[in-house]
Amino acid sequence: MRKHSVKSAAIVGSALLVLAACGSNKDEAGGNNGGSCDTSKGTLTVGVVAPLSGNLSALGLGIKQSAELAVDEANKKCTVPGYKLTVSAQDDEANPAKGAQAATKLSTDPNVVGVVGTLNSSVAQTVQPILQEKKIVQVSPANTSPTLTRGAEFQTAPKRQYDNYFRVCTTDDLQGPFAANYLVEKAGKKKIAIITDGKTYGEGLAAELQKQVTKKGGEIVGAEKVGEKDTDFSGVIAKIKGLNPEAVYYGGEYPVAGPLSKQMKDAGLDVPLMGGDGIFDGKFVELGGKEGDLATSVGAPTESLATAKSFVEAYKAKFGKEDYAAYGAFSYDSANVIIGALAKTVEGGAWDESKREAMLTNVAAYSASGATGEVKFDEYGDSTNKVLTVYQVTSSAWKDVQTGEFTG
Amino acid sequence: MSVLLQQLANGVIQGALIALIALGYTMVYGIIQLINFAHGEVFMVASYGGLATFTLLPDDLKKTPAVALPLMFVGGIAVAVLVAVVMERFAYRPLRGSSRLAPLITALGVSVFLQEAVRVWYPDATSNLPYPKVFPEGNLSLGAVNIPWTGVLLIVLSVGLSIILQTYINKSRMGRAMRATAQDPDTAKLMGVNPDRVIVLTFVFGAVLAGVAGVMFGGYLNNINIDMGFQNGIFAFTAAVLGGVGSIRGAVVGAFIIGLIKTLSGQYMPGGTQYDYVWIFVVLILVLVFRPQGLFGEPERVRA
Repeated sequence: MRKHSVKSAAIVGSALLVLAACGSNKDEAGGNNGGSCDTSKGTLTVGVVAPLSGNLSALGLGIKQSAELAVDEANKKCTVPGYKLTVSAQDDEANPAKGAQAATKLSTDPNVVGVVGTLNSSVAQTVQPILQEKKIVQVSPANTSPTLTRGAEFQTAPKRQYDNYFRVCTTDDLQGPFAANYLVEKAGKKKIAIITDGKTYGEGLAAELQKQVTKKGGEIVGAEKVGEKDTDFSGVIAKIKGLNPEAVYYGGEYPVAGPLSKQMKDAGLDVPLMGGDGIFDGKFVELGGKEGDLATSVGAPTESLATAKSFVEAYKAKFGKEDYAAYGAFSYDSANVIIGALAKTVEGGAWDESKREAMLTNVAAYSASGATGEVKFDEYGDSTNKVLTVYQVTSSAWKDVQTGEFTG
Repeated sequence: MSVLLQQLANGVIQGALIALIALGYTMVYGIIQLINFAHGEVFMVASYGGLATFTLLPDDLKKTPAVALPLMFVGGIAVAVLVAVVMERFAYRPLRGSSRLAPLITALGVSVFLQEAVRVWYPDATSNLPYPKVFPEGNLSLGAVNIPWTGVLLIVLSVGLSIILQTYINKSRMGRAMRATAQDPDTAKLMGVNPDRVIVLTFVFGAVLAGVAGVMFGGYLNNINIDMGFQNGIFAFTAAVLGGVGSIRGAVVGAFIIGLIKTLSGQYMPGGTQYDYVWIFVVLILVLVFRPQGLFGEPERVRA
C-alpha cells in the first residue's frame, strides 16, 4: 500500500513537472507570437529605492508604480532586444540608514542596470556613494537638494559629486527663490516666519527661500525648528504668533505640514502656510492643510502637460487609480531614461557588469520628450527642465496658480 | 506677557496628556516593579480603537457628536483594556518571579509587536490618519490666551481622573489591597489578598487612563500615527521618574513640569524649539542627581 502510494505520488509529481514545463514553454511561445519580444538573453532589473511604508509612502508608492508602468511598457514594446525587464522595489522608509541597506542589496545584483530613486535628499546622500562604487546609474525623480549634484558650494564653486547620479527634477536653489518671489511679489507677504524639520531637504529649501525674500525686500521675522515626529506644535506656534508674520514657510514634508497648518489656524494664527514639493500631496489637505495654503512643486502640473496625458491614461488603466502622486510622472521619466540608455548599451550585444560604464555615458547623453517635458541632463547630472509651479489649496484640493522658470 | 500665558496654557495641556499616560507607568511599577515600556503602545492602540469605533458607526450617528464621542471613548478604552489584560496574562504573568530584566525586555518586545500589528493590520495606518471632527471646536478665550476646548476637556479629564484614582487607592478596600501588594506581596497574600487580581486591576486602571488619553490626543491634534505611543510613552516614563516612580502624585506633577519645560524652553531658552527636548532631560538629570528617588519618591511614597 505504502509502496503504491509513493509510486502514484511520483507519477503525479512528474506529470505536474511536465505540465509546468509545458506551461512555461507556452508562455514564452505565446509571448513571441503576440507581436512581442525575444527575451532569450534573460532578465534585467531596474531597481527602485523609495519609502514604501511610513509617513511618506503615498509619494513612494507613486514612484514605484510609475516605474513599473514604464518597465511594463518597455517589455511590451521590446525596447531592450533580447531581455525582459523587471522592477525590484526596495523600501527605504525615508530613512538614510535603511536607504543604504536597500542600495547595498541592489548593488550586489549583477543584473541591476540602474536605480530609480530616492524620494528624500537625505536618503540620496547615503545611496549615492554605494551605487557609485559599482558604477550603477541612479536617476532620482524627486531629490531637490542642489548639493547632491553640485556639492556644498553649489553657487560659487559647483563641482560634480557623483558621475552615476542624475535627476529629472529641478533643484531647491531655484525652488526656494521661486517660492520667495511668489510670496513677496505676487501675494504681497512681506513678513515671513520659517519653520523647518532639520532634514537636508527642508533646511536647504528654507535657506534658499530666506535669501531671496530678503533680496526682494521682505523680512524673515523668525525661524524655528520642529521634530520630524512631533505632533503638538502649540509651543512653536505661540512663539511665531508673537512675531505677527503674514505667512509661514515650512521646510519639510506633509505629515508635519498638514497638522501644523491646522493647529496654526486653531491657535488663531490664520495666515497661509507655504512649503515646497514635499507638502504637495493630497494627504496634506486631509491632515489639516487649510484653504489658501501654498506649495511649489517641480515641473508643470501633470494634468496640464500634453506629454503627460498618455502617462496618466496608461497609469489609470494599469492601477485603476490616479495615485501617481507628486513624482509619478518624474519617476516614469526616470525609468525611461534607464531603459532608453540600456537599449543603446546592449544593442546587438549582451549585458554584463562591465557595461555599466557605458550606461553612465548613455544616460548623460540621453535626450527625449517625457511625461514631464524635455528630459535631458547638464554637466552636473541636473535636469535641464527648470520649470516650477505654485499651487494653492482651493476647495480642499491643490490648484495650480503659476507655472514658470525662476528668472531672478 | 500674552505669549508667556499662552505658552503656560500650552504646557499645561501637554502636561495633562502626559499625566494620563504616566499614571499607568507609575502604578504598574509600584505594584510589580516593572517598567512597562509597552504602555505607550496601549495609548496608541486606544487611539486607533476610538477611530475604528467611529468608522464602524452608522452615518447618522457619526453626525451626532453627543453620541459618537462617548462611544469613541468606550471603544478606545475597551481596546486599551483588552490589550493590557491580554498583555499582562500572556507576556508578563508567565515571567513573574524571574529576574527583573526578563519582563523588561518582554515589554520592549510587546511594544514593537503592538506598533507593527497596527501598522500591518489597521487600514492605511502606514501614514498619519486624520481623526474625526466630533470634538467641540473653537477656543476658550481668556484675554489674549486661546485654549482649544479639546485642551480644556483634556485638562479636566486628566486632573479629575487622577484625583479619583488617588482617592480610590487611599480609601477603597481594593485600593488597600493594592497598597498592601505594593509594600509586600507575600504578606499581602497571607492576609487574603489575591495578587493576580490586584495586578490585573492595576493594568486595567492604567489602560483606562491611557484609553482616555488616546482618544483625547486624536481630538486635540486631529491626527494619529503609529509613532505617537513611543514618543509620548517616553515623555510619560520621564514624568514618572521625575516625580518618583511609584507615586501617583509624582507622576502627575512630573507630567505638568515636563509639559511646561517643553513649551517655555522653546520660547525662552537659546536654540528655541529645536532644543526643547534637551531641557526636559537636563532637568531630569539634575533632579536625579540631587534627589535620585524623584520629587515624590520614597519618603512620602503613595505606592499604588
